[in-house]
Amino acid sequence: MQRMETGLRTETITVNMGPQHPSTHGVFRMIVTLDGETIVDLEPVMGYLHRCQEKIGERNTYLQNIPYTDRLDYICSMSNNMAYVMAVEKLAQIEVPERAEYIRIIMVELTRIVNHMLAIGALLNDLGCFFTPMLYGLRERERILDLFEMASGSRMMCNYMRFGGVRYDLPPSFMAELKSVVAALPAFIDEFERLLTENEIVLVRCRGVGVLPPEKAIAYSCTGPLLRASGVDYDIRKVDSYSIYERFDFDVPLGRNGDVYDRYLVRIGEMRQSLRILEQAIEGIPEGEISVKLPRVFKPPEGDVYHRIESPKGELGFYLVSDGSTNPYRYKIRSPTFINLTVLPELCKGHKVADVVAILGSIDIVLGEVDR
Amino acid sequence: MTEEEYIAEQVRRNVIITTIDKIYNWGRRSSVWPMGFGLACCAIEMICAAASRFDFARFGMEMMRPTPRQADLMIVAGTVSNKMAPQVVRLYDQMPEPKYVLAMGACAISGGPFKDTYNVVNGIDTYIPVDVYVPGCPPRPEALIEGFIKLHQLIEGQTILTSPWYRKEAEREMPVPTLGPKGLVLPGEDE
Amino acid sequence: MSKEIYERLAKEFPESSLDYLEGKDPAISVNADDLFEMALHLKEKEGYDYLSAVTGVDYPDRFEVVYHLYSMRERKEPLILKVSASKEEPEVASVTPIWPGANFQEREVYDLVGIRFAGHPKLTRILLWEGYEGHPLRKDFPIEGHRAIGQEEPS
Repeated sequence: MQRMETGLRTETITVNMGPQHPSTHGVFRMIVTLDGETIVDLEPVMGYLHRCQEKIGERNTYLQNIPYTDRLDYICSMSNNMAYVMAVEKLAQIEVPERAEYIRIIMVELTRIVNHMLAIGALLNDLGCFFTPMLYGLRERERILDLFEMASGSRMMCNYMRFGGVRYDLPPSFMAELKSVVAALPAFIDEFERLLTENEIVLVRCRGVGVLPPEKAIAYSCTGPLLRASGVDYDIRKVDSYSIYERFDFDVPLGRNGDVYDRYLVRIGEMRQSLRILEQAIEGIPEGEISVKLPRVFKPPEGDVYHRIESPKGELGFYLVSDGSTNPYRYKIRSPTFINLTVLPELCKGHKVADVVAILGSIDIVLGEVDR
Repeated sequence: MTEEEYIAEQVRRNVIITTIDKIYNWGRRSSVWPMGFGLACCAIEMICAAASRFDFARFGMEMMRPTPRQADLMIVAGTVSNKMAPQVVRLYDQMPEPKYVLAMGACAISGGPFKDTYNVVNGIDTYIPVDVYVPGCPPRPEALIEGFIKLHQLIEGQTILTSPWYRKEAEREMPVPTLGPKGLVLPGEDE
Repeated sequence: MSKEIYERLAKEFPESSLDYLEGKDPAISVNADDLFEMALHLKEKEGYDYLSAVTGVDYPDRFEVVYHLYSMRERKEPLILKVSASKEEPEVASVTPIWPGANFQEREVYDLVGIRFAGHPKLTRILLWEGYEGHPLRKDFPIEGHRAIGQEEPS
């Protein structure tokens, strides 16, 4: 757009978005410097939900840390549990029985579907269609939360996984309910797509906005749907396979342009692939033990490990340093959304203020994980 | 019909005799507009309470305003950290009276699982007055709705004669803490 | 795998003191002065283009910064670098010019553990506020924070 040369002296204006803002997904603050309506610079300010999780991790024993991992990324509590529990199992070399592995995969893939539903609902909420897509997503999410409640006793903070397995076995009515949910979900995803994918407003507001080229994505350590929408084929379930993922047959959806629209399409594609994994897990789940017996006072050997999984938001990793006692010496959480935010100023430069909300929604942050 | 019977009939249909308090409180409690202050995990359960399964629009509360100037109720949902507390108090001061505060979840009541750490406030009632406490981690949406019903009962029990917001000597503004080098500092306090 | 890289690095930088640390995740211990050149060599010649995590640890005799590196294209195992810093004046070269994704992570290590990164574009506190005293993840900082040292909670 051509600027008129009028000889007027203009200045940039600084606008503060947040921390209390309807569209910042939590308490997140952005200091935006504008020239007219175009963004010149953006500075993210975080720490409004810093709850001292890493220091608490050093105060607690290994087992006491599991409920605190629920509260990291509070929408995907099962994935967080799994990442921590697998890190400790790598440290102490504990084998997990077959049935427990299948149950874990079922829970984690259900979590992936729940997270993507909420992410897409929240993105569209911010684009302006206040609450309709969110209500659609939340309606199906309630059915999956009922499944979590059946298995673990709680809707959100499940605290379900233990070192060497899971806490409770699946109740008898679980499999029937799971089969009916898995049978009904493809129709729901089709309905969602019919409403949104070819929608004119979504196309105009999301195509070409916040383009992230693949080299930049790798340099800025982005992971998850943000990276795959730029075309980089890196999914930790395929690359660095953990648990029993190599037995399942699934694809990794990739984007082409790396804009907000591609990230939305990648999330829809991942929901469909999770359904494929769930169907195979339901077929193959064996009978058997669900956990191993561990000593009362759990002291893993000395050393340090780093274990990472593909959580719905990206690469979630735990780095644990053990000095042979009952508490971790250093408990570090590699949080995907905190590191994905490094690229936010680059994505927003040159766009309008209204696009900031769409770009932030497509990165899909959760403040419990950003600030820990 | 005679004239007296006619007048009696009309009065029975169109005239209600009640107290000012009852009408006033009925209007106020049937449309409490919350300002959802979703800080952390409890915010997700608050959104679920607003969604179609546990709808709180049946109570007239679906207008969740992001701005404090149009809200009656502040739902503090989630942990309040040291960095965020000045913002919470400032927003409370900006709400017009009559205003209520509902502390949702263990973290807003007393710090929750993160109590006694270097960046967490042990409960929001350290800085602002709270009317209803809803315990849980996170409380189920049904528990939050029970909290709302308790709030409605509280509102129905109030009366204009002794209400605090029409009095001159009532405390209007809560002091806003600032971020000092060792933690939060209230104005007028030594470090 | 990392043993071969360790040997190649030792040949490339003969003057610097490298060490190979065994364990479940074998690591290479690097001198703080040689970190920047070695990191540049690892990115450009060996193909480690993805920096996954930067961690700061407070040991009784030293501070340590641990880097976990992966290669996106060739799917190799991770390469772990450990750099030590002294207790009195902990300072390490910043790798943000090489891997921009280290920006926020180094700020977090500075904020919580107190290690300075020379050459970082903007080294300020990220999770706590400017003007806060102390580095919480150090072992001598109590978990209750400064409350433990005399400040009363206002009622």
